Amino acid sequence: MSIGFRVNGEPVELEVPGMRRLLDALREDLGLTGTKEGCGEGECGACSVILDGQVVDACLVPMCQVDGSDVRTVEGLSDRTGPLSPLQRAFLELGGAQCGTCTPGMLMAAQAYLDAGGGPEDGSIREAIAGNLCRCTGYTKIVDSIA
Amino acid sequence: MISRPPTSTTPPSASIAEPPMVVPGPVIVDPLGSTRGAVRPAPFRREGPDKLTGRAIYVDDLVVPGAWYGATIRSAEPHARFLGLELDPAFDWSQVVVVTAADIPGENVVASIQADQPVLVTDEIRHHAEAVALLAAPDREILRAAKRAVRLRTEPLPAVFDPLESDHEFAHNEVGIGDVDVAMAGADLVIEGTYRVGHQEQLYIENQGMIAIPRDDGGVTVHGSLQCPYYVHPALKRALALSDSQAVVVQTETGGGFGGKEEYPSIVAVHAALLARKSGRPVRMIYDRHEDISATTKRHPAVVTYRTGVMRDGTLVAQDIEVVMDGGAYCTLTPVVLSRGVLHAGGPYRCPDVRIRGRAMATNTPPNGAFRGFGAPQTEFAAEMQANRVAEALGLSPLALRRRWVYQLGDMTPTQQVLRESVAGQEVLDRAAEASEFERTRERTAPGRGGGAQGRAARRASGIGLALAWHGAGFTGSGEVKLKSVVYLDMDVTGRPTILMGSTEMGQGTKTIFPQLVAAELGIGEDDVDLAPVDTSVVPDSGPTVASRTAMVVGGLVIQAARRLREQVETATGRPFSASASDYGQEHGPIHIEQRFVPYPDIHFDDATYTGDAYPCFGWAAAVAEVDVDLDTGEVAVRSVVAADDVGRVLHQVLAEGQVEGGTLQAVGYATIEEMQVVDGRYRNDRLATYLIPTALDAPRIETILVESPYSGVPHGAKGVGELPMDVGAPAVVAAIHDATGVWIHDLPATPERILAALRAAR
Repeated sequence: MSIGFRVNGEPVELEVPGMRRLLDALREDLGLTGTKEGCGEGECGACSVILDGQVVDACLVPMCQVDGSDVRTVEGLSDRTGPLSPLQRAFLELGGAQCGTCTPGMLMAAQAYLDAGGGPEDGSIREAIAGNLCRCTGYTKIVDSIA
Repeated sequence: MISRPPTSTTPPSASIAEPPMVVPGPVIVDPLGSTRGAVRPAPFRREGPDKLTGRAIYVDDLVVPGAWYGATIRSAEPHARFLGLELDPAFDWSQVVVVTAADIPGENVVASIQADQPVLVTDEIRHHAEAVALLAAPDREILRAAKRAVRLRTEPLPAVFDPLESDHEFAHNEVGIGDVDVAMAGADLVIEGTYRVGHQEQLYIENQGMIAIPRDDGGVTVHGSLQCPYYVHPALKRALALSDSQAVVVQTETGGGFGGKEEYPSIVAVHAALLARKSGRPVRMIYDRHEDISATTKRHPAVVTYRTGVMRDGTLVAQDIEVVMDGGAYCTLTPVVLSRGVLHAGGPYRCPDVRIRGRAMATNTPPNGAFRGFGAPQTEFAAEMQANRVAEALGLSPLALRRRWVYQLGDMTPTQQVLRESVAGQEVLDRAAEASEFERTRERTAPGRGGGAQGRAARRASGIGLALAWHGAGFTGSGEVKLKSVVYLDMDVTGRPTILMGSTEMGQGTKTIFPQLVAAELGIGEDDVDLAPVDTSVVPDSGPTVASRTAMVVGGLVIQAARRLREQVETATGRPFSASASDYGQEHGPIHIEQRFVPYPDIHFDDATYTGDAYPCFGWAAAVAEVDVDLDTGEVAVRSVVAADDVGRVLHQVLAEGQVEGGTLQAVGYATIEEMQVVDGRYRNDRLATYLIPTALDAPRIETILVESPYSGVPHGAKGVGELPMDVGAPAVVAAIHDATGVWIHDLPATPERILAALRAAR
């Protein structure tokens, strides 16, 4: 089916099966490989993207649900040639990224939290990223980066 | 979010502010210390911007036109005779490539320490995830259908799942000093204990994956997620009968390893390469999470039995220890894991009479392998349990007991190694205890101990626990001498240096600290130092990126290479390298420096008798954990961990803290929730929905204290950091559970079921 939506502000039109995963459409049809697959069943959050303001696991979202929506991925956090966003910069400076596989999803969960007015409280930040598994950092520096 | 500039003078957090050993904030002392004396801001993670913008290319992000998709057909039985592969004649096989053992042009083996593991099974299936055949197809739909059209004909054989019942031994070790039997007989008190630890999954967030591309010279290039390119390279040569140059291994950005990508990538690479060879096309072999958990290596389960003899005043007089590890179906790295486990089993404690015996047995379960700590977390958990139980039996504080026992300069270990320098057990212990206010907190939690008053009425109990460990730096015994690691440092005609090494970045910071070390030595900026891609056709074998050896051993080589480069340029030009390198290059041409490992001075180990310097030096770690235990449900919340780790020299504060924090949380998971349930040799919870690791909500606040007790055998003094925190987290958490509830949990993980059972038994 034909699905029209916006990715990082740019309108796109894809001819794909309705049950194709948003994750595959992003990675394979649009070449946006920043979004990662960690488990394919909604447990790890590596594929988190922002869909109409909400954080979702792109591995669980079929394309038929994306029609007319607005999708934000890690590639949209800063201009390709421009400086890092304040959130990305904080992750870089404070050590919020190590192996980098959870990072795109973690950034999107954090961005959605901040966009919704989230503050620097440790517990609230941890709640906001509880669906995003990281195996490298122990989360301390991720929480510091978001705070 | 805080945008803290790298050179900020923001006061460091309280925990690291007090004593002078720790360098504050994100500022580092020149890694070469007093030789140059400069203080430089630490660079940010070199590949960080790529990882933060989605530009970093991991294996599954590589676009390879025309590539087919590969899959592995695995056994579904733990032990069976393999009789044949049946391909459903109703399926259209014209679009699919099938590889069996008959298609292997070289030897059917993925060798590690022994050459026992086949690439593909020929007659005997030895574990349920064993690879039997390979498929490749142009798209995933056809591949899935093809997988369903394959049947294995097998005949079941009796299987062994318990290492204590196995009669196939992969390895054994024995070390000891003194006369344990005599000393034990003279002890006032003998404490006995048996401790069991299970499998643990590395659970790097990026699954294993390789893409193999046929080469015009008849060979193959594989791109993939890996720790050790020079493990994969010989594996390809041997199985595919290739020359050195026909097998090329290129590391893609690697999303975590923790040991799990030490040996298994060789199998994935050989499988992908065989499919590429037969199909004549590139083949993508990317595991999904379920396959990755089911088939790849785990931390070795172990049963560790202790008899510890002490005098009434707390003096440790004898330790008699037996370690049995479950190696799984093939040998892999098991003998070395066992060896490290045995060498660390005595704990960091002075004892005149010690005997440690270990054996690793085969079972019909998937092979176990490397995982952060490499045998030491298993035995040091048990060692710390014993120390805490001795303290309890003698009515001593666990801190006081350790202060009495801990190794000091000049003490002798069970391999007769005399600790001549860099001994910081006491320091990490005191620093962790002080920062956590251990004794004061323990007084507060005292009422709950021993199942006392708090236990009956309260629904919740709090406790504090501590643990201490040592971790041998670098490879065990004569390992580094045998590895003969090499790095190159090249300078081009413009005077720009490039580091060429086989050491890999998997998140720990290799790509950041190596340019930093060279830049500091040459007096130039980190950005003026390049790193060659990890490609076996370009870089030399710098040894595997394992054993917390990279910063220490390979880092030392890089510094030595940089010193030679500087000397060559400065001798010719009479001016500083930074001001004269480009003139030198234009006048004399490029420079190629090869730096080879030279054995550390006065370090000797006898492989035959297993005596001598098991490691050139040790790192030291202490952890204090605080927990809340729900007495109705048995659930444990780890509230905080204070970790003090002696890493020799801090090369990069943020990266080193990141290692300690990440390792600590893996240890907390090991202690509390990470349990691989094995039923008839199969992992029952082989999905991320059922094998749980800590989330941000489960994770405690982790406070890191970095202690610097440098090792003189390397120019920068660094001893490695990656594995240290893994040794202490679990015993600290279990000690805290005891402090809260009065019950000892002897088996990891300390699940609610085990805690409730222990509480019931205590009533």
